[in-house]
Amino acid sequence: MLHYQWNWAIILEQVPGTEEFYYQWLIKGLELTLATALSAWLIALVLGSLIGIARTVPNKWLSALATAYVEIFRNIPLLAQLFFWFFVLPELLPEAAGDWMKQSMPYPEFITGVFGLGLFTAARVAEQIRTGILALPRGQKNAGLAMGFTLGQTYRHVLLPMAFRIVIPPLTSEFMNMFKNSAVCYGIGLTELYFQLKQITGDYAPGNGLEVAGYVTLIYLAMALVVNRGMAWVERKVTIPGTIGGTKK
Amino acid sequence: MRKSMLLTAVLVASLTAVHAEELTGTLKKINDSGIITIGHRESSIPFSYIDEHQKPVGYAMDLCMKVVDSVKKRLNKPSLITKMVPVTSQTRIPLMVNGTIDMECGSTTNSKERQKQVAFSNSYYVTSVRMVVKANSGIKSLADLNGKAVVTTTGTTSDRLIKQNEAAKNLDIKNLYGKDHAESFLMVETGRAAAFVMDDILLASLIADSKNPKDYAIVGPVLSVEPYGIMVRKDDPQFKQIADDTLAALFKSGEGNKLYNKWFMSPIPPKSVNINLPMSDKLKDAFAHPNDVGI
Repeated sequence: MLHYQWNWAIILEQVPGTEEFYYQWLIKGLELTLATALSAWLIALVLGSLIGIARTVPNKWLSALATAYVEIFRNIPLLAQLFFWFFVLPELLPEAAGDWMKQSMPYPEFITGVFGLGLFTAARVAEQIRTGILALPRGQKNAGLAMGFTLGQTYRHVLLPMAFRIVIPPLTSEFMNMFKNSAVCYGIGLTELYFQLKQITGDYAPGNGLEVAGYVTLIYLAMALVVNRGMAWVERKVTIPGTIGGTKK
Repeated sequence: MRKSMLLTAVLVASLTAVHAEELTGTLKKINDSGIITIGHRESSIPFSYIDEHQKPVGYAMDLCMKVVDSVKKRLNKPSLITKMVPVTSQTRIPLMVNGTIDMECGSTTNSKERQKQVAFSNSYYVTSVRMVVKANSGIKSLADLNGKAVVTTTGTTSDRLIKQNEAAKNLDIKNLYGKDHAESFLMVETGRAAAFVMDDILLASLIADSKNPKDYAIVGPVLSVEPYGIMVRKDDPQFKQIADDTLAALFKSGEGNKLYNKWFMSPIPPKSVNINLPMSDKLKDAFAHPNDVGI
């Protein structure tokens, strides 16, 4: 790249025609990325846990419903799901509801993005939780029932505490994926970090796309590392000595 | 006998010396390798796009092939190989600067910002930024957009233009972003946005391709005038000269007008749709006075 004019200070420059600076745009995008990823993770964790548990209960209908959910939401690409919620759903609803969704709903891209991302990841979290529950010896559930717990109490006091601790590593992966997948929401117009990258390198700073992309890559990397280390701390804090992962590393 | 041979030799040598001006930059590269590489777009209708036979065609492509003909003549290499490389808005400048492509034939605006990294030939098209709305919406001017949602495509200057006008006229506008032109148009089609701000030619081709072209209208003031040029390497006057001279000759001879009508006023691949956009006054001006002034 003999003649490429490198300019790593590009993000400190003012956006031509405005009073703002490029780094301010990146920060605005970062805020939305964090908000989207964290909100969607909340939905994914809660919904995913419920569905994962539902797949392991003896009730055939509940288990079938949960399996259907997981198969549908795991097999359709995230972008296709987001397009469905954003473009197709308002057309399928009655006119008044559709128009409300398109025009009067506050923050439509954010809500659709969080909702879509949450549902998509919930299917994957459900599988992790199911794995955790199934990894426990059968004796645990039988012992719980034998002690007089109902099935619900067995889950709450015996199975889930251990299952969650077992699956913290794969859950960490899913949590990190949240931040990366939030970039897909740019496809429905959410002005998060990846969107800001496309906006800046499109026409505002067309000659310095590589530097801006470099900075954005570092930011995503930093977010993933923070999540990783955070979850590692959580894992250490909740370890029960003597159980899987309980021995000192 | 010897003297006349010597004289002839000197004469021949001097004649060839006049034409053997040393090749520099891109011309030297093409001469040495025997290949000229053209960067093209995949869906910038009607400038540079892939038709139903997977071949890159378009108004800009036709102009570039004329430049290639000029290069063949200049280097006296009628069997020069032409390589086609697809590019996007993000990759076109890096690929030009690192030597992968020798010319970029698409819908690239000649801007001063870009001139820091690359150079442009004479402008072959001038686009006006306006907006498309549903014909029955009654929106005619910027003031009518107050309280409505306006969509632009991510990474285009239309966003800056609409924001400047919002501030200047104190309008309350919701800014939406489509990830590409097709999606932005879809937002107007489904009613998410009241208007889509973009270059008029892109709007015209989207309307022509839509299900009911009569439902839409291009309205509003011209927010900006942007010239398109063939992108070439910076600090490479020899190659730029060939491109400029070729285009100037085409404009003067009327061939430029013929090419314009072929792509803007007649049915074009892939669906034989006619965009039907007559030559604007600004473009007629650019044809009459070829220039490479950027915005």
